[in-house]
Amino acid sequence: METKTQKSMTGAEALVRCLENYGVEYIWGLSGGAAIPIFDALVGSKIKLILVRHEQGATHMADGYARATGKPGVVLVTSGPGATNTVTGIMTAHMDSVPMIVLTGQTISSMLGKDAFQEADIFGISLPVVKHSYLVKNTNDIPRIVKESFYITNTGRPGPVLIDLPKDITSGPFTGTSLDPEMDLPGYKVSNKINQRDVIKLAKMFKGSKKPLILIGHGAVIAKAAQPIRKLVEKLRSPVTNTLLAKGVFPETDPLSLGMLGMHGTAYANKALIECDVILSIGSRWDDRINGNNAEFCVNAKKLHIDIDPGEIGKIVKPDAYCLGDAKLIVEELVKHVEPLDTADWLKELDGYKKQYPLKYSKAKGLSAQCVIDELYQLTKGKAYITTDVGQHQMWAAQFCLCEDGNKWISSGGAGTMGFGFPAAIGVQFGKPNDLVVAIVGDGGFQMTLAELATVFVNKLPVKVLIIDNKYLGMVRQWQELFFDNRLSGVDLEGNPDFVKLAESYRIKGVYINKPEHAAERLKEALEYPGPVVIHAEVIKEDNVFPMVPAGKSARHMIIEPPKVKLEKPTGST
Amino acid sequence: MTTLKSKDNHIVSLLVANKPGVLVRIALVFARRGFNIDSLVVSATSNPKFSRMTITAKGDLYTLDQIIKQSGKLEDVIHVSEHTGIDALHRELALVKIKKTASAKAQLSKIIKKFHAHIVDESSGALVIAQSGTTEELDQFEALLKKFGIIEMVRSGKLVMALGKEPT
Repeated sequence: METKTQKSMTGAEALVRCLENYGVEYIWGLSGGAAIPIFDALVGSKIKLILVRHEQGATHMADGYARATGKPGVVLVTSGPGATNTVTGIMTAHMDSVPMIVLTGQTISSMLGKDAFQEADIFGISLPVVKHSYLVKNTNDIPRIVKESFYITNTGRPGPVLIDLPKDITSGPFTGTSLDPEMDLPGYKVSNKINQRDVIKLAKMFKGSKKPLILIGHGAVIAKAAQPIRKLVEKLRSPVTNTLLAKGVFPETDPLSLGMLGMHGTAYANKALIECDVILSIGSRWDDRINGNNAEFCVNAKKLHIDIDPGEIGKIVKPDAYCLGDAKLIVEELVKHVEPLDTADWLKELDGYKKQYPLKYSKAKGLSAQCVIDELYQLTKGKAYITTDVGQHQMWAAQFCLCEDGNKWISSGGAGTMGFGFPAAIGVQFGKPNDLVVAIVGDGGFQMTLAELATVFVNKLPVKVLIIDNKYLGMVRQWQELFFDNRLSGVDLEGNPDFVKLAESYRIKGVYINKPEHAAERLKEALEYPGPVVIHAEVIKEDNVFPMVPAGKSARHMIIEPPKVKLEKPTGST
Repeated sequence: MTTLKSKDNHIVSLLVANKPGVLVRIALVFARRGFNIDSLVVSATSNPKFSRMTITAKGDLYTLDQIIKQSGKLEDVIHVSEHTGIDALHRELALVKIKKTASAKAQLSKIIKKFHAHIVDESSGALVIAQSGTTEELDQFEALLKKFGIIEMVRSGKLVMALGKEPT
């Protein structure tokens, strides 16, 4: 690197040069006093700065971009409230193991801890939700910290890294000798080795199995393990189920796929979970959406676990065998050691369940959310990137939008963040400018981050936003109906805007759907439109997501049809 | 999975990067799982880049296993292990202040000798006794001193070092 220009660089300029060197294309951010030196250094940079309308939006855009492209998303905000507004987005990325780098401006070093204007201890506030974080004390440390951050965020189990940058550090002179120094991370080890004996032990566990089940989690998406998983599935002739975040790693359209399991998974996936005699989790963490009651979880099955994070082994499920490491490498090796199983009867039994308990909806009582989402799927057939918020629309989207590519389904899983879907779709569109990107959001979640309509307009992004408007916080209403004697409390979204007019006020096309017979045609019109579109689907207000496994219960207690009797209050978390 | 050695009282030794914020990260791992820390010693090592933390805590084995794995994941933690009195030396230091009287000093000398303790200060009407040893020895010593009227006591918290040539 040219030492000549380095001599007169500020810390902020060194920072921007480093970001350029790591291939950063976009920074999503919102400026403020303490971050001005960094925004100043971005003038003339080849990195495109995307000005958002709220910092939470910036984090979800970076998140969507990272999940779609595999590259870390970068966020730049100012100190104080600018920094604290990123916490939800950082936590969302942390829960779903997404690579992200969050740069926060900070008050000058000499004022730290003295309640300076717009000072927030963001290093302290964010500690529980970051993979790692830095408070920069010395301008010359910037290149090393940036290098370490890029390494940490996207290796091993990925996660967000926060860099807090006092203003005197970014405006001070950079006098270091290199923009690519040695890293200093003696406590961080990433191993590409896998233990052969553990793989062989896993393989042995399949011997004699009549009812195997392969459970794919988000780790398989991150490890890009789709190809070896297909080989493993085909060799074993095992059925496959996936968590919410692993939709598409193994095509959900394949006859061996049972689709998503868990709280609102398919009945047949949950039946398989109850009956299997061996279950192999590839990068799932057996979380409480699929395992409400550990004592009753897969009682007849040997439990096998592949994970890159040693902290996940034995955290929820005590495995009979496990292997630590990269899912792709492990499954590639595992394929060599397993032998085909006789699963004909098992597959026949599961096919019976598929016929007996299909996912279904009625068009008789007006426009249902399922109908709109199914029509969207019929038009896109897994070719579009789909992002969602959290709640009923998310579960219906997971049920009806089948996926064939693990990177094309982007949803807030672990965190369950309302307001995620729309900005995430914006981030995806930046990363995948030629692809169709659809955000399926609820009327509640959309109103949390809708200010980013301006970001869509300014950047001419052809994002499609499908608002499933039932005028309720629907999932909570469903719980109150089923478990709390329909005592509705804090769920009525009266006062919703006219979403078409709202879009138009941002100079964005709006499309309205309220009848099943219009759904296909109007969705087609929206998807074919070359620019952004907000599709307002006004759907049946009081509809529930089934199947449903009540929180805290095992899959045995799955409710497939609307219940006729009063249900007990769930014991599980949410 | 980690094989844990003791049942209720756990001693966790961590070799960590000597950087600000490391203590908070580790304390958070304990706090998030509801583990109460009984004693915590942070001190220098022979290498200025690293610090040694010795933490004693009570709790169930499952949670301790999680704590060891979660703290081992932290970027600033180089090494983490659990120790018991069997495979490691453990020592504590206590400073005990008691009221100085002529009879007390005479009676004390036997106890002090038995526990290899020392009187380190005798000014202003008080005796300060320093004792080092195992936690049990410190507890016994304290019990014997009670009748003399303990004004105050400060204990260092437990230090641990693995036996043999293997590093802690």
